[in-house]
Amino acid sequence: MKDPTVRAVLAKIGRYTFLSVLLGFFALPMLWLASTPFNAHPTLDVSISSFTLHNFSVLLKDPYALPSLWNSLLLAGGTALLTVGFAAAAAYALSRVRIPGRNGILYALLLLSSIVTGTAAMVPLFELAFKLHLIDSRVGVILVFTGGLLPAAIFILKDFTDNMPRSYEESARVFGASPFQIMRHIVLPMIRPGLATVTVWAVVNVWSNFLIPYILIRNPDKYPASVVLYTFYTEGGQPDLALISAFSLLYSIPVVLLYLFVSHRYGFRFHGGIKR
Amino acid sequence: MARTASPRGTDTEDPAGLGRARAAAISAPALLIIAAFLVFPALWTLYLGTTDYRLTGFAARHPRGVGLQNYTNVIQDPDFHHSLWLTVEYVLFSAVLGQALLGFVIAWMLRDTRGWLKRLIEALVLLAWILPSSVVAFLWVAMLDRGSGTLNALLNTPGTAWAIEHPMAVIVVFNIWRGTAFSMLLYSAALTGVPPSQLATARMFGANSWQQLRDVVFPHIRGHILTNLLLISLWTFNDFTPYQITAGGPDGKSEILPVYIYQTALFDGQMGLGAAISLLMLLINLVVALVYLRLLRERRGGRKPERVAP
Repeated sequence: MKDPTVRAVLAKIGRYTFLSVLLGFFALPMLWLASTPFNAHPTLDVSISSFTLHNFSVLLKDPYALPSLWNSLLLAGGTALLTVGFAAAAAYALSRVRIPGRNGILYALLLLSSIVTGTAAMVPLFELAFKLHLIDSRVGVILVFTGGLLPAAIFILKDFTDNMPRSYEESARVFGASPFQIMRHIVLPMIRPGLATVTVWAVVNVWSNFLIPYILIRNPDKYPASVVLYTFYTEGGQPDLALISAFSLLYSIPVVLLYLFVSHRYGFRFHGGIKR
Repeated sequence: MARTASPRGTDTEDPAGLGRARAAAISAPALLIIAAFLVFPALWTLYLGTTDYRLTGFAARHPRGVGLQNYTNVIQDPDFHHSLWLTVEYVLFSAVLGQALLGFVIAWMLRDTRGWLKRLIEALVLLAWILPSSVVAFLWVAMLDRGSGTLNALLNTPGTAWAIEHPMAVIVVFNIWRGTAFSMLLYSAALTGVPPSQLATARMFGANSWQQLRDVVFPHIRGHILTNLLLISLWTFNDFTPYQITAGGPDGKSEILPVYIYQTALFDGQMGLGAAISLLMLLINLVVALVYLRLLRERRGGRKPERVAP
């Protein structure tokens, strides 16, 4: 094995073998998602016997499929709205007004949000929702999500407000703008990239989350897509593969589009737990 | 109405003239929601864990304090030991060994590569990470199916029910597949910080790949490795997705702690007992997160001049 060319060839073979296995490992489970929605005779294995769009019309007729996507949208939109709005206000206030120990508070909150996860806190969260009559309520789910996402959102947005030059606000104030006018017309436009990041991050988190709506929502009419998909394949004997495959694809597309948008617009940026 | 307490003197600190009262008012909604839905549940777990609270029946309306009974019950419960041990295996094999190692290997092998192969691999690894958990769970259920799953067709092992015969192996491999993207991204970013000149020097002196890794690369990315391990351990420890593949079964053979809590508290209705287990989980999370934040602070405070990017 002294011959350097033999070694180089062997190394190259080894490298490409490994990369092929890697490719196979990551692609294998996804082949089903790419092929089955368009298969006229959907099965659990990967095959396309004849191309069809019929599976999507099955989806349109299902009483739970489309409404569940609407429910997911409500939960994701509501959470994103509350999170971005409240986090932006808090981030700006914390960035501009000296509150004793504000950095300590922020760190403590961030720490808390990574400790009190939906999984570790499902018992008290369920109990809390029960006591507040928020079981089966979209508002309850939105509030639970918002509480979990807010600390990191404030942290991210405070980075943006901290880096904002103060001279704009000062000159606006000289011309008699009120603090709220300054916030609306100067601060908000300037931290827009931060607002977009937090919005996308909140939407993706809520859109994909299974556990919180699974424990807090009882009425199938209010199930979001994540829970409906699970009931599609665990309940009712034979799973309807036409429905499941088409629904999985439709449900996944928004997440993929959002990520493409973010990585195209801002590049893949690292914010600790951009996805959790 | 808030009077602007400090008229002009503190302009650089408060350029919009917000004042403390208004600042408090606009941060109040965020802080209230955090207090109610994050701080309070954590503290309440302490109390709930000392009651015999149940979801239904008499104890649902009139929970009694039982002191430390739940905690002693949990600690003596062999099911709990079993679940804790499975969780340790799950985190160790799927996160610390699986995701971190595979993520690093991918980042290392593709570090100088350009072109479609690199883009394809990265896209697939990322896709596995961003797809909703319910979707990927079903993709795995389909792939592992006993009758017509792709894996049995591929390995020529017809009739093997993978999720029933090897439930732990299934969720471990699944989680490696699911979460490697984060480690890959983090190590790719970290590897760009290793000076190429030092690697070239090492090669010139005849260091092989392993020696280059050990002597040049690892000292540079040690901080990143620690960050990576802590974060993925924390996430894997709190991961509920295995429930959607094996539901903890069969016979609790893949009942990791999150699933165990769900089954005890919300399925069997023993809320008090579930809260006691939750508290242990919260404490483990606390320890990991404290170590992580400490590291983060050290790196931010200690070597400020080295930070270039915002």
